[in-house]
Amino acid sequence: MKALRDFFEKTKPYVQKGAKYHWLHSTHDAFFTLAFVPKNTSKSGSHIHDHIDLKRTMSFVIIALLPALLFGMYNTGYQHFKAIGELASTGFFTVFFYGLLKVLPVVIVSYVVGLGVEFAFAQMRGHEVNEGFLVSGMLIPLVMPINTPLWMVAVATVFAVIFGKEVFGGTGMNIWNPALLARAFLFFAYPAQMSGDKVWVTLKDSDKVVDGFTGATPMADAAAGNIDFNVFDAFIGLIPGSIGETSTLAILLGAVFLIITGIGSWKIMVSTVAGGMLMGIILNLFAGVQGLSPAVAAYFSMPFWHHLVLGGFAFGAVFMATDPVSAAQTDTGKWIYGFLIGVTAILFRVVNPAYPEGMMLAILLMNTFAPLIDHYVVEANIKRRLKRVKVSA
Amino acid sequence: MSEKEALFSKKNLKLLSDPLNDSNPITVQVLGICSALAVTAQLKPAVVMSISVMAVLGFANVIISLLRNTIPNRIRIIVQLVIIAALVILVDQVLKAFVYDVSKQLSVFVGLIITNCIIMGRLEAFALGNRPWQSFLDGVGNAAGYGVILVIVGFFRELLGSGSVWGYQVIPNSWYVVNGGFYENNGMMILPPMALITVGIIIWVQRSRNRKLIEN
Repeated sequence: MKALRDFFEKTKPYVQKGAKYHWLHSTHDAFFTLAFVPKNTSKSGSHIHDHIDLKRTMSFVIIALLPALLFGMYNTGYQHFKAIGELASTGFFTVFFYGLLKVLPVVIVSYVVGLGVEFAFAQMRGHEVNEGFLVSGMLIPLVMPINTPLWMVAVATVFAVIFGKEVFGGTGMNIWNPALLARAFLFFAYPAQMSGDKVWVTLKDSDKVVDGFTGATPMADAAAGNIDFNVFDAFIGLIPGSIGETSTLAILLGAVFLIITGIGSWKIMVSTVAGGMLMGIILNLFAGVQGLSPAVAAYFSMPFWHHLVLGGFAFGAVFMATDPVSAAQTDTGKWIYGFLIGVTAILFRVVNPAYPEGMMLAILLMNTFAPLIDHYVVEANIKRRLKRVKVSA
Repeated sequence: MSEKEALFSKKNLKLLSDPLNDSNPITVQVLGICSALAVTAQLKPAVVMSISVMAVLGFANVIISLLRNTIPNRIRIIVQLVIIAALVILVDQVLKAFVYDVSKQLSVFVGLIITNCIIMGRLEAFALGNRPWQSFLDGVGNAAGYGVILVIVGFFRELLGSGSVWGYQVIPNSWYVVNGGFYENNGMMILPPMALITVGIIIWVQRSRNRKLIEN
């Protein structure tokens, strides 16, 4: 560590204003502050500094994402060997390393491309490099189907960073969650690569699949009316799906970590789950309505809590909805925001079969409304307090 | 009014060239966006649309300019609409007669030229106060400025969204995933939101290159 710090301190003069490598100053600054907490103190007035800065916050989220990432790697291998019928004869580490080799390129592409764009913009504008992409870069691969071609990941990342963030002024200014924007972009631009039965399990043309293998996610099956997934498997995460979103268990571990460290808002998580459950119950009540096709009726009558372990609901609630930039900021606002995400996600998911995964669209929609929600919460607060003033006067 | 001015004096040429960049109707005045989104999924309809708008705007400007001293102020909008509508019907008939396929593709959007804000805007802002020749140049210039953007947007949307230019396949068929390749058309380029983003990129590029447009 000492050597690293010395290296940064020694190179610092070269990137000072007027020095030869000044154009690299924000890159230098980015790596320096990523590795070490800066010693800078405020120069004027009195300030209160939190002991963790934005970079440290972001690294905590990365730690929270690790269980989901590691499980995603294992599950990628698991689904592959299960599909070709060799699961029983393959060791744990073979399965894991198979997945590791498939997932790692996606992660690397996402980081290299995304950080490349970030650094380029920071250099061009003379800003510090924003640390927001540390998390986005990890979230993007986790919400991709494993078979997404790498160049599509790259295109989506470029789109998300430029149009999700940089045009609004960088980290902290974005309206939507950049990682979700990347996924939404791919979902609308290349639908064939983002949904269907072919994208969730890695198979070569030469691989022989076992009888009964379809490759469809339980959620796609549910939308078609065959609800026969094992809830326990879905909770553990041994089902086909996007890389990091299958395991509700791994996501819960991350959620606990985020809540204990105070980085993720538990209000948003709880209210999202509550909203989802409420909508599930409402749909259950309507399952008996005349005129529904059998497939739709079956989906309507699925026990409401099954929704929580399917698809990206848990992942969205824990990692996407709680994004501090695009979520509502006020306490009351967070309850409303999360609740509406839960409600609309399940509504999209069940009622509109064209969008099997409603969570992405629900969060993007509520991201859009978050400032409005905050505005009315603040207005209501002002009104309430004004009334109190008038009464006492 | 009395001094004789050359047909293509510097001032008149500026009427023609200004809308191409400094006061482009789409990227600077942000007018006529709806049709820019609707007809630019492919290059061909975008070009036909630009030419149609050019014909309508050029002649409407001249006619209004000729009538400008006789139109009662209170009913000028109605008069303008009648003239635009008549010209649009003419254009529509010509398109149906000579390029039926494109006319079908453009469908209602030819008719909607009537409501294109650029046309009303130029009539109100320019033709009502200027002589016919200048008005004509102004009309053609603005329509050209509109057309340039349409063609750029149409080119990129068709290239990235359908893999073709002017209807000819430019991306080799063997590249596509269905044929064992790696490439896939970007379906979002076909959708209107991407047209808006493409226009946004053009505005971005233009503003970073043109010093006059940089605000504060």
